[in-house]
Amino acid sequence: MNSTTLLHATGLQKSFGRTPALRGASLTVGPRERVAVRGRSGSGKSTLLLCLAGVLLPDAGGVTYLGRRYDAMTADERARLRRREMGLVLQHGQLVPELTVLENVALPLLLEKVERSSAALLAHEWLARLGVAELADARPAEISGGQAQRAAIARALVTGPQLVLADEPTGSLDTVGADEVMAVLLEATRSCDAALVVVTHDNRVAARMDREVSVEDGSTEPAGALR
Amino acid sequence: MALNHVVLGLLAEGPQHGYDLKRAHDVRFAAARPLAFGQVYATLGRLERDGFVERVGTDQDQGPERVVFALTEAGRRVLDEWLADPEEPHRYAADELVRKTVTALALGADASRFLRTQRVAHLEVMRLLLAEQDAVTDVAHRIALDHTIAHLDADLRWLESAHDRVTAERNAS
Repeated sequence: MNSTTLLHATGLQKSFGRTPALRGASLTVGPRERVAVRGRSGSGKSTLLLCLAGVLLPDAGGVTYLGRRYDAMTADERARLRRREMGLVLQHGQLVPELTVLENVALPLLLEKVERSSAALLAHEWLARLGVAELADARPAEISGGQAQRAAIARALVTGPQLVLADEPTGSLDTVGADEVMAVLLEATRSCDAALVVVTHDNRVAARMDREVSVEDGSTEPAGALR
Repeated sequence: MALNHVVLGLLAEGPQHGYDLKRAHDVRFAAARPLAFGQVYATLGRLERDGFVERVGTDQDQGPERVVFALTEAGRRVLDEWLADPEEPHRYAADELVRKTVTALALGADASRFLRTQRVAHLEVMRLLLAEQDAVTDVAHRIALDHTIAHLDADLRWLESAHDRVTAERNAS
């Protein structure tokens, strides 16, 4: 690990009951780096992403974010770090159904005690950047999958994170919709100078990253730099 | 050219005459067009001229006398180089990917490494095409690129499933 490391995970092992999900996975991400994580269903790649986010703590091995070890932090401290420094984008958007699109995007700011009107203003700005400003007052049930992903990207980026973690962000979209969402995600992370780690089955998504890591049976192997 | 290397690959398993080479080819590459005898002998002639195969005797088993060919050291080097090199991702010519992988498997060479390096080569071309597509606004150009990208994607999916199957087979044995 050196000064150009944003996130460093090494020797991660994680089991659910008796089922091992990770058996020694490692990954290092530099600032502004874009990494694809690939693997078959059940290979452990989503578990890896949740460990990188600090949502899950591994049974063995460790994750550090800018030199801070997750296992030396409380769950609250990790949650705060995640809200301030990271953006998460999941396959189906995972918007809160009771809130409007705008409220969903503003949520991470409100949790960080940003004043309500400033949060709404910033959230609106991000919706506009992602081309879905007109959906601000809609509920998640009223918008399409692609629109929900754009809202989820806005929510992930509204705090100006240094790291965006995305799990199959285009998994539920058709080819054209997936291309558009991916272009938006890349542009948005680039404009924030954020690094991006994307778990994906989609070769078109993987081809847009700097580097690919493949997860097989809970272990990582570098598949080589793409450029 | 593919046929040269395929013949070298078949001869790497032991000396054979042209007739047996044709039969071995047609069995191994059952999905491909059967070889014509003329192709086999023309290929052997070229390979012999270049020093990649040599005559090691004749075989006369009831039928006409047939010349038996064997791989030379130079031929083996050429074959190994072919197996180690990723193919340039062509627009539709995935055949060569299949031929190379099947040959590597038959020889016990590291097929999964070839499949991995091929994936990197394919992704690199896909990256260039996606960048080109991002830059163009003309619909006709975009859908033409979509077509090429979709074929590359099909190759990539095949590389992935082939890698999974080769790995599963190796772990089982």
